[in-house]
Amino acid sequence: MSHPKAATEFLKDQANSQWHDETLWMIRDKRDASSKSIPEWEELRNLASEIKDNVLSNLDKYLEQFEAQALKNGIKVHWAKDAKEHNEIVLSILQEKNCEAIVKSKSILTEECHLNPYLEKQGIEVVDTDLGERIVQFLQQPPSHIVMPAIHLKKRDISALFHDKLQTEKGNEDPSYLTNAARLHLREKFLASKVAITGVNFGVAETGEFVVCTNEGNADMGVHLADVHIACMGIEKIIPRRKDLGVFLRLLARSATGQPITNYSSHFRSPATGKEIHLVLVDNGRTRQLAREKFKNSLKCIRCGACMNTCPIYRRSGGFSYGSTVPGPIGSILSPGLDMKKYSTLPFASTLCGSCSDVCPVKINIHEQLYEWRQEITKHHGTVGKGLSMKLASGIFKSPLAYQFSGSLMRKVIKSLPESVIYNPLNIWGKSRDLPKAPKESFQDWYKRNRHE
Amino acid sequence: MSSREEILNSIRGIQKENKFLPDIPNFQLEGDLVELFKSAIEANKGEILSKKEFENWIASTNFQHVISCSEPFHTYATQELPDDAHQLDHLELAILDAQFGVAENGAMWLDDSQLPHRALPFITEHLVLILSKETLVSNMHQAYDRIGSDHSGFGLFIAGPSKTADIEQSLVIGAHGAKSLRVILV
Repeated sequence: MSHPKAATEFLKDQANSQWHDETLWMIRDKRDASSKSIPEWEELRNLASEIKDNVLSNLDKYLEQFEAQALKNGIKVHWAKDAKEHNEIVLSILQEKNCEAIVKSKSILTEECHLNPYLEKQGIEVVDTDLGERIVQFLQQPPSHIVMPAIHLKKRDISALFHDKLQTEKGNEDPSYLTNAARLHLREKFLASKVAITGVNFGVAETGEFVVCTNEGNADMGVHLADVHIACMGIEKIIPRRKDLGVFLRLLARSATGQPITNYSSHFRSPATGKEIHLVLVDNGRTRQLAREKFKNSLKCIRCGACMNTCPIYRRSGGFSYGSTVPGPIGSILSPGLDMKKYSTLPFASTLCGSCSDVCPVKINIHEQLYEWRQEITKHHGTVGKGLSMKLASGIFKSPLAYQFSGSLMRKVIKSLPESVIYNPLNIWGKSRDLPKAPKESFQDWYKRNRHE
Repeated sequence: MSSREEILNSIRGIQKENKFLPDIPNFQLEGDLVELFKSAIEANKGEILSKKEFENWIASTNFQHVISCSEPFHTYATQELPDDAHQLDHLELAILDAQFGVAENGAMWLDDSQLPHRALPFITEHLVLILSKETLVSNMHQAYDRIGSDHSGFGLFIAGPSKTADIEQSLVIGAHGAKSLRVILV
């Protein structure tokens, strides 16, 4: 489905979409307040960007170093060129361990690879343990935001869902009560799982360790109670040195939610005695993106979601309108790299205001890449929609006579146009817009009248 | 060709301009580290206690299952450490030492040497960390300088209790892990 069509769906519930818009803007505000408390914030962004540039220009070397260190630490390392191979590797580990039920903490990569449906088809129960992810999993929906997976839902929806799935009291919408019900439900799953899957926020080439950040503690609850930890990591998540974590951990949570750090930042280097850690390094289109000079910077993303919270389009159209695993501005430059035809409307879901680039902690030029994708897409799939009106506008602006005439015409028409034409259900334009008050005279007339003064 | 070779070869095949790896400057934090640390912990929904306040608090509770891995607090323990972390499910309180704290964000570092079970700070209902004021560093850069090349199989920064805001952005303390975090500054 195209972005505008899907966005229309989201906007049907006006109260909800307004709440969505305002709530994400509130999080953007928190990010601002938090970043402004750090005098060296802009310097940190520059450093993070430069470190990631260095990573992308030496990715092969860092991956080899990372693998060598991880092996030395007793971690088993796997390589997957695409989603299919990633899923097969995970399944083979589960089969080897005779494991039929797993817990999984937030991992956008496993969403991208559609790991859950793949494993479920093989008869394996997959339980997402992040609260927001568990909620959308119950609803058989994907997350609508990479940091806040259930931001599109209201507590009444979750209350009804938990009443159905977890037998909570009907109509009890208290977030503490609902969270506690999920805590009890997931505690059982944690205690029973032999294998736990997590994503990876950062992999450190120097030490072979990897870092996972959560606020809920769900990743750690899963892996420390399981015998086997499978960590799934995109190859672009590498950073060179341990001390680089200082830069990234200062930026990540402040950019994401405004908090100074996530409450848990776990560094996994070797398995505990008698346990196993498997690391799956996944390409799935990343090397292709790296080869695209104009778009390779998108691989610097640390998945904070700040570009979503600030984006006037994302806030008003919701995560599902993008139809891609990573929504929002960053998703709109990553997804066309995976399938340009399928995601052809996404780079147009932007005002090109540049707010995304302004808040990006690793300084990805998101809005410039959106513009570049538009050029690529129109080259391959032709112009979309606005061609005729643009030609008309071009004709009017080229001829002074046509410009003067259409100006005087509009000044009259706007005044006498009946409101029913504008605020008419058939005219979507008028839904949340108003026509400007037409001035009595043109600027040219005004200037002629006043120039002598 | 293995996928490993395929991935590495396709990266090698891309012409890349070499970009330098920057040095990280020695950023500092203005202000009193103890005060900054205290306000960071409170903002993260943790609590700072003196030893006396801790004694009053624990006297007001009726915990049956307490584990202490901090030598001076062993008297509060009600049980020994089990062999299997799953047996910690009913644990009400864990008292652990933290190696050092970070003033800018309230994060405290623990590794395998403080954690006989890695699950301990998560599975317990309440968590108390013992931290010496002398160990405070100003920010995360100094934190990693301090960790240096220490080798531990697992290490972690804890900055607050387990929390979530996944239901309509309402903050709830106690998602899966500890429902409270108390820090005793000594």
